[in-house]
Amino acid sequence: MNMFLDWIDVGALADIPPRGSRVVASPLGDIAVFRAADDTVFALLDRCPHKGGPLSQGIVHEHAVTCPLHNWVISLESGEATGADRGCTPKIPVRIEADRVLIALPETLAQAAE
Amino acid sequence: MTERLVIIGNGMAPGRALETLLARAPGRFDITIFNAEPRVNYDRIMLSPVLSGEKRFEDIVIHDDAWYQRHGIRLLKGCPAVAIDRTAKLVTGADGTVAPYDKLIVATGSSPIIVPIPGHTLPGVVAYRDLDDVDRMLAAAATGRHAVVIGGGLLGLEAAAGLKLRGMTVTVLHLMPTLMERQLDPAAGHLLEQAMQTRGIDVICRANTHAILGDTHVTGVRLDDGREIPADIVVMAVGIRPNAGLAKAAGIDISRGIIVDDRMATSDPDILALGECAEHRGICYGLVAPLYEMAKVAAASLIGDTSAAYHGSVTATKLKVTGIDLFSAGDFADRKGREEIVLRDPARGIYKRLVIEGERLVGAVLYGDTADGAWFFDLIKADKPIGPLRDTLIFGPAFQGGAALPPTAAVAALSDETEICGCNGVCKGDILSAISTKGLTTLADVRAHTKASASCGTCTGKVEALLAHALGGAYKTRTAEAVCLCTDLGHDDVRRAIRDQGLKSGHAVMQALRWRSSCGCARCRPAINYYLLAEWPGEYRDDARSRFVNERLHANIQKDGTYSVVPRMWGGVTSPKELRAIADVAEKFAIPTVKVTGGQRIDLLGVRKEDLPGVWADLNAAGMVSGHAYAKGLRTVKTCVGSEWCRFGTQDSTGLGVKLERYLWGSWSPAKVKLAVSGCPRNCAEATCKDIGVVCVDSGYEIHYAGAAGLHIQGTIVLTKVATEDECIEVIAALLQLYREDGRYLERIYKWMARVGHDTIVGRVVDDLDGRKALVQRFEFSQVFAQIDPWAERVAGLDAHEFAPLAVIPYREAAE
Repeated sequence: MNMFLDWIDVGALADIPPRGSRVVASPLGDIAVFRAADDTVFALLDRCPHKGGPLSQGIVHEHAVTCPLHNWVISLESGEATGADRGCTPKIPVRIEADRVLIALPETLAQAAE
Repeated sequence: MTERLVIIGNGMAPGRALETLLARAPGRFDITIFNAEPRVNYDRIMLSPVLSGEKRFEDIVIHDDAWYQRHGIRLLKGCPAVAIDRTAKLVTGADGTVAPYDKLIVATGSSPIIVPIPGHTLPGVVAYRDLDDVDRMLAAAATGRHAVVIGGGLLGLEAAAGLKLRGMTVTVLHLMPTLMERQLDPAAGHLLEQAMQTRGIDVICRANTHAILGDTHVTGVRLDDGREIPADIVVMAVGIRPNAGLAKAAGIDISRGIIVDDRMATSDPDILALGECAEHRGICYGLVAPLYEMAKVAAASLIGDTSAAYHGSVTATKLKVTGIDLFSAGDFADRKGREEIVLRDPARGIYKRLVIEGERLVGAVLYGDTADGAWFFDLIKADKPIGPLRDTLIFGPAFQGGAALPPTAAVAALSDETEICGCNGVCKGDILSAISTKGLTTLADVRAHTKASASCGTCTGKVEALLAHALGGAYKTRTAEAVCLCTDLGHDDVRRAIRDQGLKSGHAVMQALRWRSSCGCARCRPAINYYLLAEWPGEYRDDARSRFVNERLHANIQKDGTYSVVPRMWGGVTSPKELRAIADVAEKFAIPTVKVTGGQRIDLLGVRKEDLPGVWADLNAAGMVSGHAYAKGLRTVKTCVGSEWCRFGTQDSTGLGVKLERYLWGSWSPAKVKLAVSGCPRNCAEATCKDIGVVCVDSGYEIHYAGAAGLHIQGTIVLTKVATEDECIEVIAALLQLYREDGRYLERIYKWMARVGHDTIVGRVVDDLDGRKALVQRFEFSQVFAQIDPWAERVAGLDAHEFAPLAVIPYREAAE
């Protein structure tokens, strides 16, 4: 892990429904924190690379989410559109520690937000 | 040794020539491109959708940077060529770059004509030619209010429509008596003018611009008759002029454009010209189809293939203004020896004119209904006597005697430029080339790679026919389409298994039916959730994670991520108290748009997600509940005022509508269900295009069903006629329940009816009285669990996590 990251506790894993997502409001804009059926947790900027749709509101299946606006399927692992669509949503570092969800705002993105 | 090819210009014509060249002779040329514009090759035809906001620049790029890199092409962006030295065979760029060539393509395109009236150099006067012009117009639209477009041709009208959509007031000034006089005859020109006016665009024909007004920036335009029109931007779209200056300076023969022969060679055999700067047999072309034909010939010439030759083109145009269908092809000027066939239907806004010369179709103008455009265009290009076709020619291919062509033959007969998918602008040629180059074999593949039929889906049949045409016997038309990629089973298989095997959860269904994915996908999960809900009312617990966002949040998501809220208005009847509550809630939550819907209720648009529970609480307090405007379920029951007020009303249509809505609301169904009740056959509630409709008559109630007025327009058919209100409500409940039990997820009633047959449905809900009663009983049982206002539940705290953020990271913490 990047030593420069400051981890921020954003809540308990139990606060996120399985196969669901919650939003963390941040200076970078909304961040979608996903919890897959296998309890793996992912975080992406809450913005579909296609038309900016809120990915947090999409249906989560396997390690992917379907955007609610135009059904693009975005990989939670890479943030990239799957299938024949092209585009990528920035990933946000996230980890679980004692059932707490921690995320870090990458410095480059944080600076960009200033 | 590799030959050196230099191309001056990077528009669509040289872009296509390069594609052909790279495909036919990869690696043969070392290629350098001088591009005056600071960007890659993009689809200029699509500038209008970019202007109107329907597309973005990224959507219209044809070749991205990676493409040039991959093919080892040196692209000099923002570097116009300034000189050609034919003796030394060198091209010099504006920045001093010198590129030697063995072969040279001049594709300098054309420039917009700027009429030199007083004021034409003022800031705020722009042409409509490239992306920079679009950017200038968008900047003007962001700050200014008035736009004047000089020129009522194709480009001018598209610019006007785009600026209007961007919120400006727009006036089109056109010198000639009617719009688009080069493509349209006066009658069609008038129809077009009306259509523009109804879009709020002012059109002034015979308008001679005297001067453009303003000191430091455009402020207006003055006409010859003294009229002044305010303007923050003036768009000149009066025509184009081939850019032949560079070629002329190099001593190449020019007339209006650079003169080329049938192989696209200029007077210097090592120099080719193509595109809008070229003049072939005295004609300069400004449309893409001929330019693409030239491009293919030019590529062939470069590699020494002398069999290819360009013989000139018959052209067709299509106006790209959303909602206006206009097509013209060939030559339709009035001339001696020409005859015409005209079809006019002003009420429907349809006009068709065919021009015939010596037994051949030479021109066609279609307005309002352009579906047959491609067919007429092919007939014009075929240049053959039309013979007995003439009698029914104007009615199009559907009326040409005998059976209609089978679908595969029909698509095979279309030209490559025929647009198959109107939503995404995909032509037949695009689809065929994707099928062959990418090895596509299924409908899903074609949708993924070309977007054809991926939006509204109305062209699915044509796309499938194209697949069958391209792949021959290798393409198997689907029999039962699988629910999704997670399984090979169809919807009916899944439903049967749920019923027969007693499967009671999504997980159990996927386990028992051996789903390929661990937890389904966005297509199958909502379908399974509905089937379980319909099969096990009261027992199965709805799975929010398998609901599309609208049905999970009980509001409709909008393009900017806000939501719209529609409270129920029973039968379209409201009261001062309800209206006051709606007004209060709109002000309290600063809701930007309040709109009356087509279903006789009020839509509050632009509500923030976190405000939804608060909005609902206030609406609940005034007695209003969710209108389910988001649901695959009962939406609205539209009514007219009926016998209570109307002098023609035969029954209390409003009262019946309210009763129906109160009885049916809350029920989930395979797709949305809309009802209407009209009080007499004048049908003011438009009941005959609804999923279920009632038309009251003196002797009782006609029950209609299987109508649609969306992607498809379809009138209803009569299910039965009954004498009493009670019987009417009973039949409708039975019909709805049968549909709920038998319809496939997302299959509207009209499609379900087409699949199972009208007679079957009449048999179950009209003739079989015991069966009808049983259906009604099952419906009423399911309603016990369904008629709970989802808004009230959420106001009380259910699913609170859906509306509040998990955490808020303040700025300080993030910046550290």
